[in-house]
Amino acid sequence: MAKHVVVIGAGPAGLETSASLAKFGFNVTLVEKEDLSGGHLKKWHALFPSLMPGYEALDNIRKGLNPSVKMQVSTKITGMEAVNDYFTVTGHNGWQAKADAVVMTTGFQLFDAHRKEEYGYGIYENVITSADLEELFASGKELLNRHGRKPERIGFVHCVGSRDEKVNNLHCSKVCCITAVKQAIEVKQKLPDAEVFCFYMDLRMFGRHYEELYKEAQEKYNIQFIRGRLSESTEDQDGNVVVKVEDTLLGKPLRIKTGLLVLMVGMEPRANTRTLARRMGLKSVSDGFIQPVDEVLHSNYTEIPGLFVAGTCSGPKSIADTLADARSAAFAVADFFKK
Amino acid sequence: MDKKAVNFGYIVTRDRQIDFDANDHTISRIVANAEPSLNLCISCGTCSATCSAAQFTDFSLRKIILLLRRDEIKSLEKEISKCMLCGKCQLVCPRNVSTRNLIIQISKALTTVHP
Repeated sequence: MAKHVVVIGAGPAGLETSASLAKFGFNVTLVEKEDLSGGHLKKWHALFPSLMPGYEALDNIRKGLNPSVKMQVSTKITGMEAVNDYFTVTGHNGWQAKADAVVMTTGFQLFDAHRKEEYGYGIYENVITSADLEELFASGKELLNRHGRKPERIGFVHCVGSRDEKVNNLHCSKVCCITAVKQAIEVKQKLPDAEVFCFYMDLRMFGRHYEELYKEAQEKYNIQFIRGRLSESTEDQDGNVVVKVEDTLLGKPLRIKTGLLVLMVGMEPRANTRTLARRMGLKSVSDGFIQPVDEVLHSNYTEIPGLFVAGTCSGPKSIADTLADARSAAFAVADFFKK
Repeated sequence: MDKKAVNFGYIVTRDRQIDFDANDHTISRIVANAEPSLNLCISCGTCSATCSAAQFTDFSLRKIILLLRRDEIKSLEKEISKCMLCGKCQLVCPRNVSTRNLIIQISKALTTVHP
């Protein structure tokens, strides 16, 4: 009989893992807590560096899914147990399955910008997050600030909730730098007369064509980059957000008014992922993401035989990285069954 | 200290914060139009590392560009005359900024706007 694999989480990682597992001929059940697959990608307007529409990427990923994959939506996993050589997986609604292997593709949660109170999210109306901006782009609505005005100047704050031990996140979320560059360009395309400033600590343009996009942002769109981390923002009488930052390359403090301030929120492991990992007795590491057996050689294997990971539940990844990791996980599962 | 200031027996230090909104952005706009490669600078410091003037003074082209971008004109005026236009910075710039012409354009803009 064909082996049964349960994949937890139907974001890009879960969809791609399931599609690949089905191609190997395994019985696959893809469990999703929401009523629709797609995860964060559902709300994402465009992907870096090519500006491919998010829905187009998602449609293509979904298309890869063989109809033999069983979708179990609106089911939140509340329990998992390793019994002899199989797993029992339980959902909140009483759903239960027996699996020969489980792949956790539970993804990430966005950093809650309220926690960085000094930046004013939830306090000043014209402070929004990168996810809010992406939703605004996707809605097709005009780019206005919360007072219904075209912002003359827009600021992007890098590393919000990342590389910040004050919020207990030492890690770099990897995708925010290039997302800020991408969003800054999109803003300039919509509002050519607006001034755009990015406040950064380092610009981590590691991926292919990222540096090119950064250069385009400077050359074609005149986007300004100021090296310095925001200390705080305040609001003036007209609802502008006034930012205080050190221009560290000049060694001087700087204040600047923005009509809209965008906080580049990072990736955190989901609370539920941590709970599930703890319950399964997986080794816990300080950043909270699931630790595979070896990040270089066995990135999809966990300490528990038959339990695998793919996508952002084992650390921040781009969509491209996530899809590659998902296919790699399917291969690891097939290899595991051969032994 | 300002000569006109009344001596109260103590000194108030002038605010050294860059007030971006209070600064006049004419000069940076003129220069960016005249030499668009200005926008390509990534503040890496290769120019100031090779600079002959920087070897003996605190002149830094990297800082000049930043002062220009923030329109800190007073500091800019003080610094710009130290350059000897040798062009070594242009040879080493990884982003191919036309640094020599940049200096010329800054001087030109400063003399036309603030003669």
